[in-house]
Amino acid sequence: MESLQYLSPTTQFVLFSALKILVVFGVVMTGVAYAVLVERKVSAWIQDRVGPNRTSPFFVDYIPVIGPFLVRLGIFQPMADGLKFMLKEDFTPNYVRKVYFWLAPAITVIPALMTVAVIPFGSTLGSEKMVIADLNVGILYTFGIVSLGVYGIVLAGYASNSKYPFLGGIRSSAQMISYEIAMGLSVVPIFLLTESLNLGDIVKYQADHGWMILKQPVAFVIFLIAAFAETNRLPFDLPESETELVGGYHTEYSSMKFALFFLGEYANMIASSAMMVTLFCGGWTLPGTLLSTPSSSILVGLLHIGVFLAKMAVFMIVFIWVRWMLPRFRYDQLMDIGWRRFIPVALANILLTAVVVAL
Amino acid sequence: MATQTIEFKDPAARASAAVAAASDDDIQDLKGDKLVLNMGPSHPSTHGVLRILVEMDGETITKAIPDVGYLHRGDEKIAENMTYNQFVPYTDRLDYLAPLANNVAYVLAVEKLMGIDDAIPPRGQYMRVICCELARISAHLLGLGAFAMDVGALTVFLHTFTEREKIYNLCESLTGARFTTSYTRVGGLTRDCPPGWIQAVRKFLDEVVLNIAESETLLTRNRIFVDRTRDVGVISRQLAIDYGLTGPNLRGSGVDYDVRKANPYLVYKDLEFDVPVGSVGDCYDRYLVRMEEMRQSVRILRQCLDRIPGGADNVSREPVSILDGKVTLPPKTKVLMGMEELIHQFMIVTQGVNAPPGEVYFGAENPKGELGFYIHSRGGGTPYRLKIRAPSFVNLGILPEVLPGHMMSDIVSILGSFDFVMGECDR
Repeated sequence: MESLQYLSPTTQFVLFSALKILVVFGVVMTGVAYAVLVERKVSAWIQDRVGPNRTSPFFVDYIPVIGPFLVRLGIFQPMADGLKFMLKEDFTPNYVRKVYFWLAPAITVIPALMTVAVIPFGSTLGSEKMVIADLNVGILYTFGIVSLGVYGIVLAGYASNSKYPFLGGIRSSAQMISYEIAMGLSVVPIFLLTESLNLGDIVKYQADHGWMILKQPVAFVIFLIAAFAETNRLPFDLPESETELVGGYHTEYSSMKFALFFLGEYANMIASSAMMVTLFCGGWTLPGTLLSTPSSSILVGLLHIGVFLAKMAVFMIVFIWVRWMLPRFRYDQLMDIGWRRFIPVALANILLTAVVVAL
Repeated sequence: MATQTIEFKDPAARASAAVAAASDDDIQDLKGDKLVLNMGPSHPSTHGVLRILVEMDGETITKAIPDVGYLHRGDEKIAENMTYNQFVPYTDRLDYLAPLANNVAYVLAVEKLMGIDDAIPPRGQYMRVICCELARISAHLLGLGAFAMDVGALTVFLHTFTEREKIYNLCESLTGARFTTSYTRVGGLTRDCPPGWIQAVRKFLDEVVLNIAESETLLTRNRIFVDRTRDVGVISRQLAIDYGLTGPNLRGSGVDYDVRKANPYLVYKDLEFDVPVGSVGDCYDRYLVRMEEMRQSVRILRQCLDRIPGGADNVSREPVSILDGKVTLPPKTKVLMGMEELIHQFMIVTQGVNAPPGEVYFGAENPKGELGFYIHSRGGGTPYRLKIRAPSFVNLGILPEVLPGHMMSDIVSILGSFDFVMGECDR
């Protein structure tokens, strides 16, 4: 560590940022892989099934007791899934618009990953803040980036040059734009209360004044439901709707390109969970313990990250749980809820909060 | 000798010409502002191989043309070339979700032709009712699961499948096959139920009631499910009658018509059960009717299990088939020992059961509706012509009337609530 101090601040910043980006990227990617596993396991339990329970590399057989247990949990399934995607034929139909067809999966994944950049996933580790980019307009950045995600889906639907993906693309553009408004409006009261757009400040405010989920339950509900819509998860998975549109926007995709859409969906779930934890559930803090304030100790710093990840996992489970319990909305009902219910409620919530704050 | 002129024309060419003509007439897209979408024959929610040409204005359907026949196997023609009993396995493959009920309906038609429908021993009749009702529960469970899956609730499907698995186990111990049961024969059944089977059915009934209640908690008051199904695909009472709908689809529209009540066969007139009837005729009503029908089937089954002559283990050796060598196969021991039985066995196996000349129609209340067999016999062991009135086929006829005006997503709700089987529709 001493040798680092001889480096210029800029070099240090670049070095630490690169390190953080790598670690966060790795964690998110692993998270995506295991979120898929959790999804499969939870859905299996909900549906009275067993779920993946037999994928195992050869060496696991030599591990006593714990090896078979891990296999039963399906710990190695994500690796097999990933490998399968890599080995599948990457088929491009000859009637597609190639450039956009290739571009779309990337445009879906990149924003999902970029959202994570501004989220404070821990307090400090040593003297380093546990956030990749400590922007003072963090939340605006998030909404800006999230909106880009829709282009991936719309482009995929358009470039596939096929009717089912086309319908999926149209649905998703309408859906995501409408719910983005509701989502954006729902968080405005939070800024009124915290008087900051920096996500770190919002966490700090919650550590001092209590969680936002208690102060702004209406905002939380709207944000949660809008998050379902933004991530294209049931009951809002209209762009995909397997039973009507046969997969919707990604019908024509295969192999790694399909995997990227898949990855984008789960990365979006992770990003939304992280946003909800940060905005409504106190981020990395745990009230009532010494974990509620930043600390210079490395151990506490790691615990903060652990708290954050645990809270996130809860939201992930909620995402998965809801998916397997509810039917899907119809297109017009979805728009109706977005425009005629959520937006007015969110506006009323803003007004109410503003009045309370002004008083 | 009169000659018959047959117009030779390639059937495939005729079919494509018909489709082309239909497309020209019905789907016109001169301005190019409408989207013609081809749903199926290979599509996750067309329940097999139904194809629907949908003309859409945005997401709203303006025209729909169902196209059936992708699973046509010529069952009716096949029937003309085999004895009555040999056709039983083909009935398994009509409504393949309720093969037992098809078996029963078919042999009842043949027995009506032969005039022996009253001669079936009571135990055999009760066994047949048990088969029919088990098949009804099985088919409705799948219909329910598939319907829920179509509107996006995937879990219900797996729950009902677990329950259907138990029915398959019962089928297996009863008939030797899980799926293609071929359980009935003209004049009776292939065999009596094995020891312990009646108790197994009782246990299953206790479990299935819980499962139905569980599935119901997931759907009946689920706001999203209700939104997706209520006032969607409304079929008025008159329209339902006009299009000849039968079964739960007809009763969902408020018509109190059930063949088991209106025209009782087997021992249905001795059994107590209610016929659930809908009020609006939308997808939700059809769903509720099916749910209630399953409960009524459980009720019927419990009565049958209590009343079945001979009891669970058949200590008094009640027969399940007519003991007449001219109708059913004589016992093997007697065939080996006696001349008359040997001749009967030989005649039934080689010539088939001898049916008198005549025409007969028999319709039975199957899970999908009224499954009718029309048999034209000129005497002998094979039918001259056998027509199958497939309820799924008739029920699908109403699609062009119902679909227009709905959203694209409603297609799957409506198809799911119709609960059709293409094996039966295309036969």
